[in-house]
Amino acid sequence: MSATAQLDKRTEAESEMDQHLDYSNQYVSFWIDGQLLGVPVSSVQEVLNPQQIARTPQARPEIAGLLNLRGQIVTAVNLRKRMNLPDREENESDLNVVVRHKGESFSLLVDEVGDVINVSAETMEAVPHTLDPHWKSMTDGVFRLEDRLFIVLNVNATLNIS
Amino acid sequence: MDDEILQDFLAESWENLSQLDTEIVALEKDPKNDDLLVSIFRTIHTIKGTCGFIGLTRLGAVAHSGENVLGRMREGQLDVTPDAISLVLQVVDVIKELLEGLEATGGEPVRDDSELIARLDKLAESGTVESSADATADGLAMIEAIGTEQAAPLNETEEDADTTGEPEIEPQLAVPEPIETDMGATTITEPIHDADTAQTAETGKTSVADLSIRVNVNVLDSLMNMVGELVLTRNQLLQLARDDDESKYAAPIGHLNRVTTDLQEGVMKTRMQPIGNAWKKLPRLVRDLSQVTGHHIELEMTGAETELDRTVLDAIKDPLTHMVRNSADHGIESPEDRRAAGKPETGRIRLNACHEGGHVIISITDDGRGIDTKRVLAKAVKNGILSEADGAKLSHNEILSLVFHAGLSTAEKVSSVSGRGVGMDVVKTQIERIGGTVDLTSVDGVGSTVRIKIPLTLAIISALVVESGGESFAIPQLGVVELVRLAADDRGRIERIHDKEVFRLRDRLLPLVHLDSAMGLDDDPAEEDCDINIVVVQVGDEQFGLVVSEVFDTEEIVVKPVGMLLKEISLYQGTTILGDGRVIMILDVAGIAKQFGGLSTASDLRDAAADAATDSDGDSAGEYTTQLLFDVAGRTMAVPLSLVARLEEFSQDQIERSGDRLVVQYRGDLLPLLPVEGGGGISDSAEMQPVIVFSEGENSMGLMVDEIRDIREERLIIRMNSKRPGILGTAIINGSATEIIDTQHYVTKADPGWFAASVPRPSRRILIVDGSLFFRQLLATSLEVESYSVISAEDPVEAIELIERGEKFDAVISEIGMSRMNGFEFAAWLRERSDCEYMPIVALSSRGSSADQQNATQSGFDRWLTKFNSQEVMSTLDDLFARVPTQTGATT
Repeated sequence: MSATAQLDKRTEAESEMDQHLDYSNQYVSFWIDGQLLGVPVSSVQEVLNPQQIARTPQARPEIAGLLNLRGQIVTAVNLRKRMNLPDREENESDLNVVVRHKGESFSLLVDEVGDVINVSAETMEAVPHTLDPHWKSMTDGVFRLEDRLFIVLNVNATLNIS
Repeated sequence: MDDEILQDFLAESWENLSQLDTEIVALEKDPKNDDLLVSIFRTIHTIKGTCGFIGLTRLGAVAHSGENVLGRMREGQLDVTPDAISLVLQVVDVIKELLEGLEATGGEPVRDDSELIARLDKLAESGTVESSADATADGLAMIEAIGTEQAAPLNETEEDADTTGEPEIEPQLAVPEPIETDMGATTITEPIHDADTAQTAETGKTSVADLSIRVNVNVLDSLMNMVGELVLTRNQLLQLARDDDESKYAAPIGHLNRVTTDLQEGVMKTRMQPIGNAWKKLPRLVRDLSQVTGHHIELEMTGAETELDRTVLDAIKDPLTHMVRNSADHGIESPEDRRAAGKPETGRIRLNACHEGGHVIISITDDGRGIDTKRVLAKAVKNGILSEADGAKLSHNEILSLVFHAGLSTAEKVSSVSGRGVGMDVVKTQIERIGGTVDLTSVDGVGSTVRIKIPLTLAIISALVVESGGESFAIPQLGVVELVRLAADDRGRIERIHDKEVFRLRDRLLPLVHLDSAMGLDDDPAEEDCDINIVVVQVGDEQFGLVVSEVFDTEEIVVKPVGMLLKEISLYQGTTILGDGRVIMILDVAGIAKQFGGLSTASDLRDAAADAATDSDGDSAGEYTTQLLFDVAGRTMAVPLSLVARLEEFSQDQIERSGDRLVVQYRGDLLPLLPVEGGGGISDSAEMQPVIVFSEGENSMGLMVDEIRDIREERLIIRMNSKRPGILGTAIINGSATEIIDTQHYVTKADPGWFAASVPRPSRRILIVDGSLFFRQLLATSLEVESYSVISAEDPVEAIELIERGEKFDAVISEIGMSRMNGFEFAAWLRERSDCEYMPIVALSSRGSSADQQNATQSGFDRWLTKFNSQEVMSTLDDLFARVPTQTGATT
């Protein structure tokens, strides 16, 4: 959670204030390849430290493997591969953002986890036309935070790997 | 009568009855309440229906008359009067008494209810309760009932009965009348009944209703999940304890282990249900169907007590219903058609379930018209599933397998009965989803059989943990036949045929698949000088070896379903968590076999056909056989790998001449060598002479070839029969025309005393019964070339099973000396059957004393032939078929 400091102070204060209010405006943010992305809080089950991931030979490259979450088997998705981003250095370990989707748990492997960002859904804008179509198909929209852009991923589309 | 059905019936009936009392009383107070009336009617109706089904005639008769009265009330033709209600309550009481008797003794108590029935019928007809004497009886019954209530399972009934036993009836009690004498008879039974009651009251705890409670399945499911977790934790603890011999936790962990195992078994048991539960609705369904379609159908169910895990049970419920519906709707013909076909008017649908290994086999057989393969094919072509040209090449079984193809519903019009939108493809998918298989056999005009094989439980299985390419995998123990460990020095025993590795396991060539390369994992570099572990696994009738780098323990693992992102990979059947918390994949050996091919399905033609029938992909469905390809004089030829005993290489100087024949000393014997016809003979170029060895019992022969090339799995369709000696015909293998050699030609040539040579005829079904696989295949191949369709059986017992399953044949060729039953007995058995009376039966034996031959004629064989002159077999068959009265011709 070291990314907290990187977040906009105002947003942080706001998010604390509204913590127990409406979850629909809250997003769990994370970093991948220097980009701030997020998914709705409501879809997130938990956030985990680096985990041991069992390989699943012959699976699609986006699938990193399986991890054991207290006896529950979670499919880990390599978000970098999914988003056509370069691989990380080998010694760097990924954090897990575990999301629920269609009754199953999936872990999105991310570089770092940021804070819960609280923004009003009305201020969400469409992603620019020029955005890579692959990215576009996986995103719901974008928020203009004070110092950077915050892209909201569509969990359904992200996990619809085929 | 089946005990478990009975127990279920009792439990259900008690529950229904408890609510019935309340409802009847409520109805009396509110006679216009139609909902109540309908509900009461339905309960009695259910009881009546089940009675009929399980053969409880007395109970059924009473319930039936009660139902009539209620039916009239429901239609508004009979007033709901206290008198009528009393009578209905009396019905309930009688039912209770009968149920109690049933529960105590397992049979219906002997008693006479004709008087009550007469009164009920009278009431239904005339709307009047016959006389007040009956009212006395009512009263008595009531009092009795109140006494009985102590034994009745639920408290509320007691209260209800109490209320009913009150005021309204009392006035009637005062007016006794003539039929009292009759009532006396009833009273006589009372002491007995009381005794029964007392007994039941004493042993009240044994009452089914007391012993069983209904539990929401979700509770069981979560319990199962928790036990699964517990098993995992237990495994982890065991692992820890194993690492530390001195652990003071060892003893308690050991105890925990045992308790967990018991708990696991216990919980698994709670989830086991008799398959009959999935069948309950079928009698009714079939009954309704026969009404709608006008077909006369009898449903016969055996093995209903066979237990299955409830998830499995749930999964097969719909497919089963669908298939029975199919049989009743499309399979069974109308009575007129059946009569015309010389069958009994009443069609029969037989449902059978039994355990076999860790599986449950369910078969649905009907004696209807069978599946119209022409229509299936026409439909498939029409729906664009395959082209007409391709369709023309398909065998009977291949066409049958099309039935499972999505988008092929054979019902031309959707009848009111079928056409729920569930096709056979859905049935297949549902069954395969739970790890089962379906196969379909059908004979025109005789009927069809669907055979479903499903695992007992999906939850916890025993699996072998192996390592390959640095990853661990679990292989379900069910599929593992044996483990072979080869020392590094013995690597040579693994041989290559082109790019495929095979291992000589005893007298077989076992195809090998390296798990690491199959999984796309890096080859273990150290592997070269390590021992080799081969896990021999069974897929259908085939075995193959999985080469792994390490074999660990067998573990009880909890099968977790494969996540949706991994579902598409056919190599896995599930995932699991090991004792040390690692997640590993559970391999699906069938999936691996499919993907990494090179496996023969030819070892048994019958099963190959069955496999073909289960193949979902209609286009590729077929009898795949593995062919060994070799070169002779620049031509590529092939032979079915299953006919090959071994591959050898001899150096030129080992080959000796004996007269005009070539031989080598081989395994302490002389192996005759023959060149491929037109192929020149000893290869001059190579130093080592490659030889394909064919073997049968003591006899072997070697075929000299220039080079062994490859193993290919292909659907073998011989396109052209050959007139050249030694060549069966030409087939397309690996995209090019390849000659298939006729092994029997060479075998005969090498030793004319072993067997004798081959030639062609029309499409008929022949059953071969012979203990020797080699011979079966040899004969099957030559018969198939003559366009006969061939089914083979290992011995008469298997053959009889086939015939009893409804398979029809035009002729039988049988060996005499076989295990389990000899050929004479078999022939005699066949002749006993009306449908086999005129069927040609040929003895084909390697022995041949005149006594045997005489014996053969007496037991019903038409001819006696000595193994093996295919020409003679063909001409004999032609001759025999020419004499057979046409009406017995079974097929096509």
